[in-house]
Amino acid sequence: MIRCERVSLRYSLKDGPDVLRELSFEVPEGGFRWLLGPSGAGKTSLLRLLYLAARPTSGRLSVLGTDIGSASRSKLALLRRRIGVVFQDFRLLPHLSAFDNVALPLRISGRPEGQIRADVNEMLRWVGLYALRHVTPPALSGGEQQRVAIARAVINRPDILLADEPTGNLDEAQAQRLLQLLHELNRLGTTVIVATHNIGLVQDYPAPTLRLQAGRLVEERVTEDA
Amino acid sequence: MLKRREEEQPWLRPAGADDLGLRRALAAPLLGAMVGAMAFLAALSVAGFLASAEVAAHWQQGAGASLTVQVPHPGAMAGLHTRREAVLAALQATPGLASVRALSEAELADLLRPWLGPDAERLSLPLPAVVAVRLAAPGGVDLAALNAKLQSVAPGTLVEREDIWAMRLAKLARSLELTAGAVLVVVALVAAAVVAVATRAGLSARREAIETVHGLGATDGYIAARFSARITRLAAAGGLLGALLAMPVLMGLSWLAMPFLRGSMEAASATPEEPHWTALLPPELWLLLVVLPVVTAGIGWLTAQATVRQWLRRLP
Repeated sequence: MIRCERVSLRYSLKDGPDVLRELSFEVPEGGFRWLLGPSGAGKTSLLRLLYLAARPTSGRLSVLGTDIGSASRSKLALLRRRIGVVFQDFRLLPHLSAFDNVALPLRISGRPEGQIRADVNEMLRWVGLYALRHVTPPALSGGEQQRVAIARAVINRPDILLADEPTGNLDEAQAQRLLQLLHELNRLGTTVIVATHNIGLVQDYPAPTLRLQAGRLVEERVTEDA
Repeated sequence: MLKRREEEQPWLRPAGADDLGLRRALAAPLLGAMVGAMAFLAALSVAGFLASAEVAAHWQQGAGASLTVQVPHPGAMAGLHTRREAVLAALQATPGLASVRALSEAELADLLRPWLGPDAERLSLPLPAVVAVRLAAPGGVDLAALNAKLQSVAPGTLVEREDIWAMRLAKLARSLELTAGAVLVVVALVAAAVVAVATRAGLSARREAIETVHGLGATDGYIAARFSARITRLAAAGGLLGALLAMPVLMGLSWLAMPFLRGSMEAASATPEEPHWTALLPPELWLLLVVLPVVTAGIGWLTAQATVRQWLRRLP
């Protein structure tokens, strides 16, 4: 599903430092991983590699059976449709309604409009935002925006779901609800990787961890069933 | 039923709607006006190209079909007739000539007046007789044979071809056509540059939205299509605006030029008639005005596609 072999990443190819250094790990299909580490450890950079916003500078990264270093741009675009991402800052399009934000991945995939309505409305009911489907993100609270972002991330039933500090803007109750939701998706077969500072959540939902420190993978704790 | 559905979901929009918020990011009035101005200039340059070609063709046809025959010592006897009469008779007997007319002394004096002053008629200069000949068709007469024939009846007679003027006119017309063509190319390039700058401004303004949809799996073609759809509409509107502005200007110029295109100075000096407004422009210019919005739309589409796709290369 996800395989990293001595993967390094450098943003500036001339003289910039390696933000990730020779990472090697595997996440099997249907696995769940906590991605831990202090600020600046490289968690977001690793997620950028995994949601295909960057290619590794060196090493070999394979996602969903595709070598990311050598895949064509069009191939990467198709691959991204199988990866859902929840960003800490949501990255919703402010000029689109909640409905249109959630519908966006389906429209990009070329799904007929008739099919989109039913799926999106169902998803908005699932995250409890059906009544606010016509509202644009600036008029929604942080928690509501987070739920729209989650709905958008999972509307395509992705094979991989990545979340970068997804509870950073949520209160404790909302964070717990979100984690339940992520675990439910994982139980249904989606591979989930969540980057977080929130150790309490990790303790509440024990799962294998990847711990980064200064761009290196310093600890990989994997249970037998992961 | 439809109304009820709209009331239930009034916020729903069709697929391919303005996902990237380009209605705000791409300033419609400015881009439309700029493309409109370029279309207006393009219409004028194409009209100039067509008009110069048309006028040159008329002039070349007239000059290429004319000869001037000079008969020295016109009053001297050549057999039973004067040399002037002998040459006129020989010319009138030559096939392929539309008209043969000897210039009167007054007409000769008019020709000399610019050089000899108002007393030209009173000077006792040994002037040749001048015969203006129009050919039935340009190049329709064997000039060498005609020259030999005239030399035999009145030695020293000169036959001057006027197609040297035709060649000069042809060069002038060609230069005008090339200039108009160059102006057209420059106008098209400026229009493309204007569209490229507007597209880049739109890309900068919507950078985050573009990166988001790119991250959701949008292909370069998907994103470029959003931009090119918007730009194409604006460029077509600009082209239509330019065509509408150019139409009265071209009609006015065409009305003024119409007598000259009829092929004679008499027609040119006559008071222009009042033709039907649709007849004021030749079919080529009507076609140009219709095609102009399509061409500007094409330039807009191509430029937007190229600009967006090149910009997207920075993303993986």
